[in-house]
Amino acid sequence: MFDEMYEAEGAPRAPYAGVARWLEALNVEALRMKRDEAERLFRRIGITFAVYTEGGDPERLIPYDLVPRVLAASEWSHLEKGLKQRVRALNAFIGDVYGKQEILKAGKVPEGLILQNPALTAPMHGLKVAGGVYTHIAGIDLVRTGADDFYVLEDNCRTPSGVSYMLENRAVMMRLFPEFFATAGVEPVARYPERLLRALQSVAPPYCGGEPNVVVLTPGQYNSAYYEHSFLADEMGIELVEGADLVVEDDVVYTRTTQGLTRVDVIYRRIDDDFLDPEVFREDSALGVPGLMRAYRAGNVTITNAVGAGIADDKAVYVYVPEMVRFYLGEEPILKNVPTFQCGKADEMSHVLANLHELVVKETRGSGGYGMLIGPQATKAERSAFAKKIKADPDAYIAQPTLALSTCPTFVDSGVAPRHVDLRPFVLCGADTIDIVPGGLTRVAIREGSLVVNSSQGGGTKDTWVLRANGGA
Amino acid sequence: MLSRAADSLFWLARYMERMDNVARLLEAAQSMSGMTEGVEEWVSALVATGCDESYEEKHGAVMREKATHYLAADLENPSSLLSCLEAARTNARAMRTALTSDMWDAVNGSWLEARRLSGPAFTPERIGETIDWVKSVGTRFYGAYAGTMLRNEVYWFTRLGTFIERADNTARILDVKYHLLLPRDEGVGGAQDYYQWTSILRAVSAVRAYQWVYRTEVKPWNIAELLILRPEMPRSLRACYDEIDSALNQIAASHTGRRGECHRLAGEIAAQLRYGRVEDIFRIGLHEYLTDMIERTAKVGDEVRGFYMR
Repeated sequence: MFDEMYEAEGAPRAPYAGVARWLEALNVEALRMKRDEAERLFRRIGITFAVYTEGGDPERLIPYDLVPRVLAASEWSHLEKGLKQRVRALNAFIGDVYGKQEILKAGKVPEGLILQNPALTAPMHGLKVAGGVYTHIAGIDLVRTGADDFYVLEDNCRTPSGVSYMLENRAVMMRLFPEFFATAGVEPVARYPERLLRALQSVAPPYCGGEPNVVVLTPGQYNSAYYEHSFLADEMGIELVEGADLVVEDDVVYTRTTQGLTRVDVIYRRIDDDFLDPEVFREDSALGVPGLMRAYRAGNVTITNAVGAGIADDKAVYVYVPEMVRFYLGEEPILKNVPTFQCGKADEMSHVLANLHELVVKETRGSGGYGMLIGPQATKAERSAFAKKIKADPDAYIAQPTLALSTCPTFVDSGVAPRHVDLRPFVLCGADTIDIVPGGLTRVAIREGSLVVNSSQGGGTKDTWVLRANGGA
Repeated sequence: MLSRAADSLFWLARYMERMDNVARLLEAAQSMSGMTEGVEEWVSALVATGCDESYEEKHGAVMREKATHYLAADLENPSSLLSCLEAARTNARAMRTALTSDMWDAVNGSWLEARRLSGPAFTPERIGETIDWVKSVGTRFYGAYAGTMLRNEVYWFTRLGTFIERADNTARILDVKYHLLLPRDEGVGGAQDYYQWTSILRAVSAVRAYQWVYRTEVKPWNIAELLILRPEMPRSLRACYDEIDSALNQIAASHTGRRGECHRLAGEIAAQLRYGRVEDIFRIGLHEYLTDMIERTAKVGDEVRGFYMR
């Protein structure tokens, strides 16, 4: 197992030298006080994450860990190149799937996997989206197993969340430990909102002459990520709207304002496709805007991320992303995929069933850590129940070896101890640019030995530091 | 700005103001309870906040302890201190982007503190402390928005909420107290107990203000004049309508002058208050005058919403 601070006995790895010195100087009591202070700050700001199924406090905090996760400049620049490449390929793929489908014709991705996929969205066929961009904000989940071994665990091309934690974790860290931070040489993340706005403005419909009117569309204050929606709108200085604030007339989208109707050019939506437009998708959706898809198809408004982008999030489609990089870009993929078995293929399924105790099995369309089996940690009964589910619907499952995720020092009840982490950087795609703020969201499994970092499953977060090229910690 | 944002801020400000007024009514009732055996003060506080009937349904006869709890902490009473804070926070959260971070902190921070208050904080023995806290919450919110909001329509809609609510509350407090305190066989100006009259002033935190303005013993018609017509009294109807009129003019100015019935009506009421005389009010009948004022204030609120918020 790879620990990012102590690779071996003795001295810490170079990027963690500053953190190690800082931890030595702090005692547990001081850390505990700072942690309580951080919790008060988060409550005050109102950064809460609602998990309604659990009962209890509907506005609970995601545990915030004080110990930063550190990446060296060289590590980051490798990741950055790989992420940009991957997201360029993903955008080309989504555009192709809703266009000429060349990758299917070339036999690089099986037709059945795409054409029979419920995530394939018929109204998107033949639609020209502004700038040719489908996933404007992509969250790519990475895990690490060794000093040079990073893997992409999954791609989130729909509406990845968590970026507000990246920003607020940093703000809290700087407030709690200003001296430590000042000497650490960390790349700033605070420009994310302005870069996001620039990316969103760049994909305004072509007719749009003046400054585009961009809005954030939220399902409302009872959504688990509502804080993030309001935070981003506020940071960008644009309106946060709900479906009821929008109206479509003659295929043009407007907001209802105190001065009457105001035209909207770009909608950064944080509502799932299914709920966007009751005329086209779920009729019972009260969150969406009737007529939105008409306006979209007429080219009068840009929806970000594009409708139907979820086709790229399918965990069976994931298997083919390295192929996409070669096919569309003519390059070798910089970032590795985790070796993945598709239960939909007979020989791979039998391998999966025979080795369930060593594998992680995931639903191809699942997200948020729900509906997965971690073989080594499951009981025999759980495994055989899961095997039945796989046999009943093989296409719905993939399996991967249980990776030894890297660990980082984390402040827990017993003191500072290693815990498993992952990393979600946020990739911004504008009409002509692709941009990543150095850092991302590090999620940490607070329970000892646990590999599940999802916040819906009790995971916590850390501030993520990318050190400057010259003069880091 | 979004119509829904205007609506949320308007109601956020109204609920914060209402909470502040209920706190002052509670304080007045509390301070009188040491001086009389009766519960008139509690009855008047329940009537003035419009929850006397729902109280009776739940508890029957008015008793100090129950009334205190009902006005302060009962979430079934939409006018209780905690209900107002809850409603204010819901409106604030719905439109967080329209609030400055100081405003949000004032509302959300108070709401978090309120969650830590327990039963004893709402008993007659401890309610004084709780009232002080609530008043500081109101002041903090008011200070946060006065000190940090851009002077654009977002700000003016917030102010509109504050002063429409305050005008309504002042009219109700004056109406209820004036008549409740008046013995059936004596007209206005009869021999009244000093404490009872000053309780009206106390409910709007104006005991000192009265002395500074009139420098004479407390007289009923002076009280009415102070709370209706005096521009220097910050909770008087006159002062409230000056603010309402000015906020509406500011909003119209930011909308290329577009005006509606809300502007006309608020302007009319403001002018009547500016040039009115207390003798004329008593000639009409104070109760009739105040009832009409409460209705017209509600109408101003409805017209504002009809014109800007749908």
